[in-house]
Amino acid sequence: MRALDRKLFRDLWHLRGQVLAIAAVIMGGVATMVMSLSTYDSLVTTRDRFYSEYRFAEVFASLKRAPDPVAERLAALPGVERLETRVRAGVKLEVAGFSDPITGLLLSLPDVGAPQLNALHLKRGRLVQPWSTDEVVLSDTFADAHRFQPGDTLAAIINGKRKTLTVVGVAVSPEYVYQIAPGAMFPDFKRYGVLWMGRNALAAAYDMKGGFNQVSLTLARDAHEQDVIDRVDAILAPYGGTGAYGRRDQFSNRFLTEELKQLRTMATVFPAIFLGVAAFLLNVVLSRLIALQREQIATLKAFGYSYLAIGVHYVKLVLLMVLLGVAAGIALGTWFGQGLSHVYTETTFRFPYLDFRLSAGIILIALAVSSLAAVSGTLLSVARAVRLPPAEGMRPDMPETYRTTLIERIGLQRWFSAPTRMILRHIERRPLKSLLTVLGIACACGLMMVGNYQKGAIDFMVDVQFRQASREDLGLTFIEPTSGRALHELAALPGVDFVEGFRDVPAILRFGHYHYRAALFGIQPQGQLHRSLDAQLKPVALKPGGVVLTDHLANRILHVKPGDMLTVEVLEGRRPLLQVPVLGITQQYLGVSAYMQQDSLNALMREGGTVSGAYLAVKPGTEAALYARLHERPRVLGMVANVAAIQSFYATIGEFILFYNLVATVLAGAIGFGVVYNSARIALSERGRELASLRVLGFTRGEIAYILLGELALLTLAAIPVGFLVGVGLVGILVIAFRSELYRLPLILTPENYAMGASVVIVSALLSGLLLWFRLGRLDLVAVLKTRE
Amino acid sequence: MKRMPPEPSNTAVFVAHGLTKIYRMGEVEVHALRGIDLTLNRGELVVLLGPSGSGKSTLLNILGGLDAPSGGEVYYLDHKLTGASESELTRFRREHVGFVFQFYNLIPSLTARENVAAVTEISAAPMRPEDALALVGLGNRLDHFPAQLSGGEQQRVAIARAVAKNPAVLLCDEPTGALDSATGVVVLEVLEKVNRELGTLTVLITHNAGIAAMADRVIRLSDGQIAEIQSNPTKKAARELSW
Repeated sequence: MRALDRKLFRDLWHLRGQVLAIAAVIMGGVATMVMSLSTYDSLVTTRDRFYSEYRFAEVFASLKRAPDPVAERLAALPGVERLETRVRAGVKLEVAGFSDPITGLLLSLPDVGAPQLNALHLKRGRLVQPWSTDEVVLSDTFADAHRFQPGDTLAAIINGKRKTLTVVGVAVSPEYVYQIAPGAMFPDFKRYGVLWMGRNALAAAYDMKGGFNQVSLTLARDAHEQDVIDRVDAILAPYGGTGAYGRRDQFSNRFLTEELKQLRTMATVFPAIFLGVAAFLLNVVLSRLIALQREQIATLKAFGYSYLAIGVHYVKLVLLMVLLGVAAGIALGTWFGQGLSHVYTETTFRFPYLDFRLSAGIILIALAVSSLAAVSGTLLSVARAVRLPPAEGMRPDMPETYRTTLIERIGLQRWFSAPTRMILRHIERRPLKSLLTVLGIACACGLMMVGNYQKGAIDFMVDVQFRQASREDLGLTFIEPTSGRALHELAALPGVDFVEGFRDVPAILRFGHYHYRAALFGIQPQGQLHRSLDAQLKPVALKPGGVVLTDHLANRILHVKPGDMLTVEVLEGRRPLLQVPVLGITQQYLGVSAYMQQDSLNALMREGGTVSGAYLAVKPGTEAALYARLHERPRVLGMVANVAAIQSFYATIGEFILFYNLVATVLAGAIGFGVVYNSARIALSERGRELASLRVLGFTRGEIAYILLGELALLTLAAIPVGFLVGVGLVGILVIAFRSELYRLPLILTPENYAMGASVVIVSALLSGLLLWFRLGRLDLVAVLKTRE
Repeated sequence: MKRMPPEPSNTAVFVAHGLTKIYRMGEVEVHALRGIDLTLNRGELVVLLGPSGSGKSTLLNILGGLDAPSGGEVYYLDHKLTGASESELTRFRREHVGFVFQFYNLIPSLTARENVAAVTEISAAPMRPEDALALVGLGNRLDHFPAQLSGGEQQRVAIARAVAKNPAVLLCDEPTGALDSATGVVVLEVLEKVNRELGTLTVLITHNAGIAAMADRVIRLSDGQIAEIQSNPTKKAARELSW
């Protein structure tokens, strides 16, 4: 080994504390990136494989009822590769020992053979026996939530008749990777399930013998999706078709796509923030570290080493630190990524398997970004050092030039002791360096705030959604649009305090070349339970004759503003094409909606007082009895209880948030400590001689610690408010990056966020201070008598 | 070899018996001091003379409470320095010892006055920093930062800083080592003046034999032992020195 290389390893060993702290910073950035990107890659790979292996259909259509021969006409359409019809029906379920309302979706399986499309992956048990009448396969989410095993039974109200069903299998379907009840905001595995049963039995129960009400198909290679959709619509229109749609609008896939898009954003934005901050810190820390090697560099130059050789030497030194950090980051990121993927597939998406992937590209990016940041910081300092003639580099530094600080000059000087003046002047003398230190610490504070931001934001979203906008205790939907008189019957039920009807009509909203498939939502103009909110989150009374759109829908999807005329393609009943003015914009964090006055919507649909469902306020304590009564009513299909919805939301997302917070806390903590410790350590290197001199002059360890740590404390304190600003800025970036139709995060930071941000900095500073305290005990007092530096 | 008997103890500031110091450098033992017996008295100006490696710095460090001997005893007045704790030694340095370093070791962020004040702020009965600086002839440079002072001026600030606390002893390690001879003489004049006017025991390390002429006593060290102690009844004024 050459002498210079031997020096390399000695230096690394000598600097081991700082090396570890620097590696921690890199590790934090790299781990975030590896975690997010590998999770994203894994989920995408898994989804694609699952979709193709289990023949996920490409176009879907629902209708009222068509006779079987219509299927042959559909199958013969150009562009259709494979087609399968099914019977599907909404169903109410009863599970022994669980009194809350449960909604289910029944789907038919071919009586003989496996499904051609949307095949099931059996996790346990088997498919239903040919021609069986009471066997069902359950979706695994629902089965797991209630611990169903093959052989167990549950009851279903099928077309008004109570029937006992036997579970024979538990399965996952590409069609229901993401399961959510119609009208619900979040998945609720306990209160919503998908069931598959034999077609013959299902058709018999719903008068579907010899017919079907659902079609799935795949496209031939060169087929154009929209053409096929148009042709299918043309054939199904007379049979009550509600409009065919592609995968893009398929519910589970749309959510999955949106969630993956979010994850993709997270996988870009979070690592960009973390790695960016880490790179910045790396650059700052290393350039200061190398600046301390000035004398050594001069000596090497005096020996005749070339600039290149010296540059390469220091680049090697920092690259070893980078490698250490990147390796640790990849290991930790992979571990976290597996954890995160697992959390995803446990709480949100159901896949039969998970292909965990860590692509070489991710590793290369991590390595490249870290190396670039490190090497640029290093070369800058080396270049500065190398520029000095060797003799000058080896000569002692002239005492650095200081001056009295501004606050002293304005007359506060007499209040400061000599050590305090040292602190102030040292900070003021190198304002850029002090600023960079403050910024570095502030970044750590900001990162911590970003990591902890989501919980407060979600609490806020839930509060707005459920305590201000959707204040009902129970939302229920009827099997089909019903006369408003049904509301009086509901109001008369014991336990019901208040009833508000609503009408929702599936429709495609169009403006210019933008369109969105949604529902027109007719609610009460002065609603007590369900209300729309303005930008200040105050309830607003709906005006008649037009629609009010969620801000995201208006601004970012349809690009309309109040006063514009929206084209509404209704997908129900006689399917009118309407022109409806946009009256206003409403603030909503979850989902997107188009609201109207119910009367106005009824008028557009040319129907009197028809409702699709109702919102109920329920007397506390009467819920169970009321659920039982509603359960018996054949026209009531689905029920969503708000409290249960909120609980299930937290149960679902809680684990995810917890995991994420933990990871973010660990990584931001690592980065925070890395920065603070390095700043302190470098300060000690720069001032060690000065402090040792003071020790010789009789200063106690506490007194010199005050000078060193006082500066650190001052910079740390200054960094906290700056860190709050950085945190708000980073959260602002997140809010913008994460806008989607599923949800928009509010820019809400709780006192807890600020406290977490500040505490990572303070704890890091205290810990660094403690480590320095021990180092100050080992200052070499004798050496300063003789040596210059 | 001529040895001075110990002076009567009422004027002795430091008394050392059988001081040894062994450094372990890896496998090798370095005997820096091999049995030093020494008494230093109030008001004396003592020059410790010797080549590098003779043990003079080690001796100075032990007297100044910066280092502990491997064997033997040192007394400062009636305090035993050997075996004292770190904080006792710090207090000893703080209250009784003034240090002057070869490279001045001023705090660059403090002005001349503040460098002195840094020490007087933590002393029991100090001079005013202005007076200390006037004593070294820098009464007109009070608010200059070290970067604005010449090497000789910096060393004089360091001396002012060392004496401002009214120490019992002034320990100077090669105080002129980094200065040219003309400037060095000015610094020595200041030390001489401090010694004369304040009566501070002044111990001065040098390998420059020319400086020995200004001492009351010259102690020659060689190979960790006292080779010779020489009284100098006809000491020269510092300004007559040259090298």
